[in-house]
Amino acid sequence: MNKIATLTTNEIQVRQAPPPLVTLRGVDKVFANQVTALCGLNLDIRAGEFLSLLGPSGCGKSTVLRLLAGLAGPTRGEIIWRTNRPELGFVFQEPTLTPWSDVFTNVWLPLRLAGVSKEKARPRVEEALEQVGLAGFAKAYPRQLSGGMKMRVSIARALVTRPTVMLMDEPFAALDEITRLKLNDDLATLRLTLGATVVFVTHSVFESVYLSDRIVVMAARPGRAVAEIVVESPTAPRREGFRLCKAYADTCVQTSEALHVAMGDRPPKMLEGGAT
Amino acid sequence: MSRDDFVGYAVPALTLGLGLLGWEGLVRYFDIPSYLLPAPSLIIATLITDWPTLSASLWVTLSITLKALAVAVIGSVALAILFAQSRIVERAFYPFAVAMQVTPIVAIAPLLLIYLAPGVAVLVCAFLVAFFPLLANTTLGLSSADHNLVDLFQMYRASRMQQFMLLRLPSALPYFLAGLRISGGLALIGAIVAEIAAGSAGQGSGLAYRIVESGFRLNIPRMFAALLLISIAGITIHLLLTALSHWLLRDWHDSERGRES
Repeated sequence: MNKIATLTTNEIQVRQAPPPLVTLRGVDKVFANQVTALCGLNLDIRAGEFLSLLGPSGCGKSTVLRLLAGLAGPTRGEIIWRTNRPELGFVFQEPTLTPWSDVFTNVWLPLRLAGVSKEKARPRVEEALEQVGLAGFAKAYPRQLSGGMKMRVSIARALVTRPTVMLMDEPFAALDEITRLKLNDDLATLRLTLGATVVFVTHSVFESVYLSDRIVVMAARPGRAVAEIVVESPTAPRREGFRLCKAYADTCVQTSEALHVAMGDRPPKMLEGGAT
Repeated sequence: MSRDDFVGYAVPALTLGLGLLGWEGLVRYFDIPSYLLPAPSLIIATLITDWPTLSASLWVTLSITLKALAVAVIGSVALAILFAQSRIVERAFYPFAVAMQVTPIVAIAPLLLIYLAPGVAVLVCAFLVAFFPLLANTTLGLSSADHNLVDLFQMYRASRMQQFMLLRLPSALPYFLAGLRISGGLALIGAIVAEIAAGSAGQGSGLAYRIVESGFRLNIPRMFAALLLISIAGITIHLLLTALSHWLLRDWHDSERGRES
């Protein structure tokens, strides 16, 4: 039960063989308004892993994604990519589609910006739409789609460049529970077929345990990493049944405790007669 | 036609009909002379008999309005784009645009009539009135792009031009169209006001001039007929611009959502 590695300012211990794809070393991020978003963050992200950053609001987890995406630079410290910065895909909390263009044109956008013509892009766009289960919706406009479908379009847009690293910033936070579970399942499958590295920001314990190989728990004010949890699943790919496994329940409890500690609370005690 | 449509058209039509009927009845019952208040039937008759003069005047006013609106669209969009490129340019010029907007056009018109040929002065007045709503709305629209999309464009290393054409310009379109609907009506008002100012100097042949002239001659039915034409012109401009806006936004903008079903 005690797999929580408490982190100091030292780097997270690398247990498995693959070298980190990217290393954040002693990263501070102070915004223009003097708010410290991150303080001395050390983090390795390994090629091919599904890493969740879990923490309360204001712990700087979204800032980590922005730094990785190159949308902002660290105030102090460094971000070291093992090779050149790979092709990235970014999924926001909101679908962030252009409402004036149809699904095809939305998914085409990253290729279009790279100068790929509509006809040349067509096979790639169709492939991406198929991967998210939206084949046949190319001509629809965003407002004709449900929230879950819009999010799928957003994921297809991120996939169209065939990224090796997917950065996802609470992509399912605004969706209802049923849609969210379905998209979690689809993401778990998709991620295995793609073999991409995923950095997934969430504040849902269940979502992070279900999807991740590894969870880094972050604390706020100042934003920093405080615990690391490795998730072991009897099956890869994750299937819905994993949610019923004891390993899943245990990891959820353990993650939730780590989150409580990160937030400075005492973890709740199990009620009398409760079962594990 | 659904019941809602029926109510939507029938009720105002009924109100209008009853109002006109009451007006006609009052004039006939009290035998009010036409130089005080002409009956609707006389106004329509005047509109038909004076049509050659009035239609020529209508054309003059409309062409001034449309030219002024076209120049305002081109000028305001160009300036808004310039503002979007540089904060300093915006700081340098925006206060003057505001000053131009808040100074009543009736007060500027006599001055413009001294410096410019009357036709040009009227055009400039109509332009000045139509310009600001377009400028203010388009400027706001160009800076209203979704900031996450701006990040996304940056992440995919979009050029300035790509970001402008594929993101900022379409984001600004609904704002621009809202400005256009306001400016369409204002351009007509500006043209009329300037014509009245110029008309007293004995110039022009637009609808406003006809109204002033008819007033001098106590030809009140013709005054009403000209007024009716101005109203119809204003309503037509508004409907056309609304239709344009609907046509451009119907596929995607939330303002058009209510029209579905």
